[in-house]
Amino acid sequence: MADTEVREHAHPTVDVYLRVAAALVILTVLEVGVFYVPAFHGVLVPVLLVLSAAKFALVIMFYMHLKADNKFFTFLFGAPLLLAVGVMVALLFLFYGALTLRGAAGAG
Amino acid sequence: MTHAAHAPTAHYTSMGLDSRKMAFWAFIGSECLLFGSLISTYLVYKGRSVVGPYPHDILNIPFTSVSTFDLLMSSLMMVLALAAVQRGDMKWGKIWLFSTALLGLVFLGGQVIEFTEFVHKGLTMSTNLFGCTFFVLTGTHGAHVAVGVLWLLTLWVRALQGRLGPANAMTVEITGLYWHFVDVVWIIIFTVVYLIQ
Repeated sequence: MADTEVREHAHPTVDVYLRVAAALVILTVLEVGVFYVPAFHGVLVPVLLVLSAAKFALVIMFYMHLKADNKFFTFLFGAPLLLAVGVMVALLFLFYGALTLRGAAGAG
Repeated sequence: MTHAAHAPTAHYTSMGLDSRKMAFWAFIGSECLLFGSLISTYLVYKGRSVVGPYPHDILNIPFTSVSTFDLLMSSLMMVLALAAVQRGDMKWGKIWLFSTALLGLVFLGGQVIEFTEFVHKGLTMSTNLFGCTFFVLTGTHGAHVAVGVLWLLTLWVRALQGRLGPANAMTVEITGLYWHFVDVVWIIIFTVVYLIQ
C-alpha cells in the first residue's frame, strides 16, 4: 500500500501553496481592474472568463491536488464538470436562440 | 484526559485508492451538476426582469471583491492546515483550521450584510427574475459555506481534544476538498454574476 500512499499524497510544498495564493490574488485584482477600465469593455467577457478559468485551474490543480493525485480523481471531477458546462451551453443556445429567431420573425 | 489520534480504518478500492476520497470526488462531481444547473438558470433568465432593481443598480463590486479575497485566503489557510497536520505540527494545524473557519464566518457575515442591503433596496426572491435566481444561487452557495464552517469547527474541536493528528490527515484532506470546491464555485459566481453584468 506504500505505493498507493505515495501516489495519493504527493502534495505540493508550503512554498508552492503561497505562490498559488499570490497568483490567485493577482488574478482577482486583474479581474476587478478590467471591470473598471473602460478600454476593456469591448473584450470584458472573454477576458474575465479566461482570468476566472485560470483561478479555477490553479485551485483544483494545486489546492485540490488534482495535478499530483491519481488521474481517476480528475475523471470523477472532470466528467460531471464537462456535462454541466455542456448543459449550460445547450440551455443558453436553446433560450437565446429561440429569442433571436422570435426577434427575426417579428422583424420580418 | 488526552486521546491518541487514531486513524480510521482505511479502505482501499480495487484501484488502490482511498475509498473515502474517491466517494468524495464523486460527490463533488454531483455538486458540479447542482451548481451548473443553478448558474444555467441564472444565465438563462439574465436580462429578462421586467421590473427593477437590476444587477447594475444593486451589486456592490468593491464589497464583493473583499469577500472573494477573504474566501481565497481561507483556501490558503486550509492547505496550510493540511500541511501542518500531515507533518504532525498540531499547534499550527489548530491555528490554520480555526483561521479557515473564521474566514468562512467573515464571508457569511458579508453575505448577510449584502442580502439585508438588497432587501432594504427592494430586491427579494419574489421581486423579479434577477432576485429569484440571484438569491437561490448565492444562497445555495452560502449554505455550502455554512456547512463547511461547521465541519471545520468540528475538526478544530477534535484537534483541541487531541483526537486529530497525522493519522487523520485524510479526514482533513477531504474537508479541504469540500472547502476548495466551495471556493471554486465562488470564483465562477463572482465572475458570472457580479463582474459580467
